[in-house]
Amino acid sequence: MHPALARLAERLARVPALGAAELETEHVAVLGRKSGELTALLKSLAALPLDERKSVGAEANRLRAEYEAAFAARRAALAAEAGRAAWRGVDLTMPARRRWTGARHPVTLVLDEITAIFRELGFVRATGPEAESEWLNFLALNFPPDHPAMDLHDTLYLGETPGPEGRMLLRTHTSPVQIRVLREGCLPVRVIIPGTVYRKDPFDASHAPMFTQVEGLAVDEGISFVDLKATLAHFARALFGSATAVRFRPSFFPFTEPSAEMDVACRICGGRGCPACKGSGWMEILGCGMVHPQVLVNCGVDPERYTGFAFGMGMERIAMNRFGIPDIRLLYDGDMRFLGQFE
Amino acid sequence: MNLSRRWLEAFLRRPLDPRELGERLAMAGVPADAVEPVAAELRAVVVGLVEEVRPHPNADRLRLCVVNDGGAERRHVVCGAANVSAGVKYPFARVGTTLPGGLVLERRKIRGEPSEGMLCSARELGLGDDHEGILPLDTDAVPGTPLTEVIEADDERYVVDVTPNRPDLLCHKGVARELAAADGTPLRMPEIPGAPDLPLGSPRREGAEAEVDGVRVVIEDAETCPRFTAAVLRGVRVGPSPAWLRRRLEAVGQRSINNVVDATNWVMLELNRPMHAFDLARLHGSAVVVRRARRDEVLVTLDGQRRALDPAMAVVADTAGAQAVGGVMGGRESEVSEATTDLFLECAWWLPARIRATRRVLGLSTEASYRFERGVDPMNGAEAVRRCAEIILATGGGEVRGEIVDLWPQPSFPPRIFLRPARVAQVLGVDVPWSRIEQYLVRLGCTVVSKPDDGRMAVDVPGWRPDLRAEIDLVEEVARIHGFGALPDELRPFRVGARPDDARELADDRLRDGLGAQGLREARLLPLVPAASGEVRVVNPLSADHEALRRELVGGLARAVERNWAAHVRDVRLFEIGTAFAPGEGDRPAEERRVAGVLTGAREPAHWSASGRAPDADLWDLRGLFEAAVALAQPGASVQVASEAPDRWVAVRPDGTTAGWAGPVAADRPPWAAPLFGFEVAIDPAPRGPVSYQPLPETPAVERDLALVLPEGVLAAQVSASLRRGAGRLLEAIEIVDEYRGAGLPAGARSVAFRLRFRAAGRTLRDAEVDAAVERGLAAAREEVPGVSLRAT
Repeated sequence: MHPALARLAERLARVPALGAAELETEHVAVLGRKSGELTALLKSLAALPLDERKSVGAEANRLRAEYEAAFAARRAALAAEAGRAAWRGVDLTMPARRRWTGARHPVTLVLDEITAIFRELGFVRATGPEAESEWLNFLALNFPPDHPAMDLHDTLYLGETPGPEGRMLLRTHTSPVQIRVLREGCLPVRVIIPGTVYRKDPFDASHAPMFTQVEGLAVDEGISFVDLKATLAHFARALFGSATAVRFRPSFFPFTEPSAEMDVACRICGGRGCPACKGSGWMEILGCGMVHPQVLVNCGVDPERYTGFAFGMGMERIAMNRFGIPDIRLLYDGDMRFLGQFE
Repeated sequence: MNLSRRWLEAFLRRPLDPRELGERLAMAGVPADAVEPVAAELRAVVVGLVEEVRPHPNADRLRLCVVNDGGAERRHVVCGAANVSAGVKYPFARVGTTLPGGLVLERRKIRGEPSEGMLCSARELGLGDDHEGILPLDTDAVPGTPLTEVIEADDERYVVDVTPNRPDLLCHKGVARELAAADGTPLRMPEIPGAPDLPLGSPRREGAEAEVDGVRVVIEDAETCPRFTAAVLRGVRVGPSPAWLRRRLEAVGQRSINNVVDATNWVMLELNRPMHAFDLARLHGSAVVVRRARRDEVLVTLDGQRRALDPAMAVVADTAGAQAVGGVMGGRESEVSEATTDLFLECAWWLPARIRATRRVLGLSTEASYRFERGVDPMNGAEAVRRCAEIILATGGGEVRGEIVDLWPQPSFPPRIFLRPARVAQVLGVDVPWSRIEQYLVRLGCTVVSKPDDGRMAVDVPGWRPDLRAEIDLVEEVARIHGFGALPDELRPFRVGARPDDARELADDRLRDGLGAQGLREARLLPLVPAASGEVRVVNPLSADHEALRRELVGGLARAVERNWAAHVRDVRLFEIGTAFAPGEGDRPAEERRVAGVLTGAREPAHWSASGRAPDADLWDLRGLFEAAVALAQPGASVQVASEAPDRWVAVRPDGTTAGWAGPVAADRPPWAAPLFGFEVAIDPAPRGPVSYQPLPETPAVERDLALVLPEGVLAAQVSASLRRGAGRLLEAIEIVDEYRGAGLPAGARSVAFRLRFRAAGRTLRDAEVDAAVERGLAAAREEVPGVSLRAT
């Protein structure tokens, strides 16, 4: 081996022990562009005879690569050590510096989750006003005028005198938006309708004069109860888990026929029966049904050609169930300690 | 509506498992809200055989009995009943049993003799009034058998919800019919114990007027009362009802009154036909007239209330005046009493709308009005009268005089509906064979009249189903009986809708993300507020706190902050997205979707590295939040200083209108709390245009700081604008990096440091051209804003 190369190879072993300043000096001494020993040696290769130039050149280049790697490794090690030194002696159990965290309301969280599930099933959102006429809230939805079915919706009125569409009221469900959407005549329709609705209810642990509803509406040719059942059962399994048992039982809503309620196995007892499900083993989640032909007629849609399904559910009850919230008033109180718990 | 399991069993002639019945009721559309045990206490009472009766050594009227209660040892019981005899079985309550009424039996000595339990009378068991002696049991059951297996006294009361379209489910027969239809089993009327074979033929069909056993019956108001069925019973004993009758009524929560009233209630609960029994002797003129009430007519109803009637109401009257408010409540004068012997039994069909209006005006909702309002079966009046007479005769003797009369001036029948099996398939998504459809409908009481060749089925519906009026109603019946569970759970292909996702919801989503990232928590508050907080009034509020709709959102958030303060929470950062209401055109209010936020307390959570102190949020934090909210809610709007108030910013749209504000918020603030700030911005739901990429700079920037002295009244924004104008196109941005007031400056003046950033595209700036641009900017500022000068360093 070339004697200078042998010397440099020996010096290489010292690199891992160098301090920060020594390391830089050594770097310049060996690889420096102007005065580095190895650099100089590589420059002098041209003066050597061809065969010697080849062997020494290969050796020198290998050695340069080794030096570069050794310097880089030593530099990284020194930097890491310096970093560790800054942490040494610090009590790492001390609490962090934090920022205020925002949060979505638990009802919004449930609403978002439900919206995402229905979005996968091709539904988009639609909205409408909170004050509606009697016509849109009841009559267009096939509630017979002055019928006990209206008693189920304890209604808050905004007007005393009936106008051409009856008295103005605070909508008791988001179903009026079904009418608004269908009247636009853009079929097929596949929407969910979130929104605030109102009832003449006291404000106590289990009632509120306002709640958040999500309705759904799908109208097209060839839509049947099988589509309703499969869509909503899929939804229930997506929301509550793939093993969730679901049942549909007959019910009544003036704007759907056949009408049904969908229950899922009680989340608390798993179906064995407990006080929360009144011993039935089931928990009511939503009302649903096939859009009543009269509703389609009221919206100018041909009920012989088009069929559809609709459903509706309350977000508060699902949120209370999901998060174990015992009192509905907590949802509407704006308490920072409460609102920070869910996200 | 309350249902008795035992009563339903009597229709189906088979026992029903209580748990399974709950399930089946739910699937029949009458889910139970609650299941309450009836006479559950009696389950601990057993059949006891008295094997030996001896006199009590210390008391003449007491006996010592040896009772076999099925256990290995005999029980020694002291008994005071005169009718106790050896070899007879009686209800026996062991030591430890709780009797109805709460008495817990203990082992004790009676006149020196031990007594281990009690032989019971009917009254002690709550099974009747008979207190004369203990209740002998005529049974083959072995001693120790629970009493409830022998006398069927135990029961469950199902409190069920009946939907308003199904009045037929407001009675036991109707519910039993559904249960039978679900599995295709038969339904039979329960037997009435001791009922005579009534020699009652078909009722006598009449028009608007008839006579029965000397009583003239007239329908004057056939619109309200198109059908009226009646009978006269004479020689009836009115008194307490027998145990079987009481027990059934009490099982569904109905108080027993006397055998006649109980009989009418029985029929109502069994057949959904509210009836009324008049004391015939108290009816004047032997006449019964169905007519509208007269102006100023008054009736004292059964509840003792004096009620003013009006011609919109129908009454059942005699020649003297109203004796009952038709379909709502009877009158006190002709009420059946213990002295009554002759009865006029009435079963009418009343127009639902009239009953609804009447009970609203009277403020009197009764079991009868509830049923008539929903629509009872117009076809089973005679069945009801016959059933009622049967019970009265079985419990009080007497006889039915003449025939049952059925006044029906203009007979009309439930409609005939045509059903296409193809429609069933279209709506349900499966083919149901013709024969199955027919089977289902027949089980429900329909008559499938013919099978025309046009592919339709002609269906006559029963009178008890006023909800079956159109083809789709029959499709639902087929679905119900076929069972929703039998339909496949099969997600079929669908077409996506023609509408885009709602722009307003998308805008809300962006705001929730944006304000959440600013550390604000989302609140949802009631839009219903006290009258002082809104102009749009609710006509019929339930509470004074909810009399109006809110005019703005910040007020509600400020109240929420106060509640947080009350809970000693000092740092509050909330936002809400919701609707604000203002008077609009006519009764329809103007609704505006808005976002609002409030903040008070520390700017950031306190940390030990700053000795646990963090500065309180101030107006500059507020401005930052406001700018973020405006950028999301009103793109294109700018934040400006409000001209009308010194402590407010406003968001101004490009057209000059105001879209929101930010500033301090008034609240009931405890001394330790920090100032409260808030903002509110209307949300523009217009879809956002696409964002386009701005190329990243390739050349270095040059920065120059300028400390300028601004006299009192000069605004930083004015100076910035002048600097920008003067400096020209090389100026990329101006930032304000410092403000100083105090020593070295003229009174009222301040020094503001502006950092000017210059850049030229495609080349590196030379110092000389930057210096020249700064000079031009400075010159413009000096010229345009009087009094501005460069601060001497």
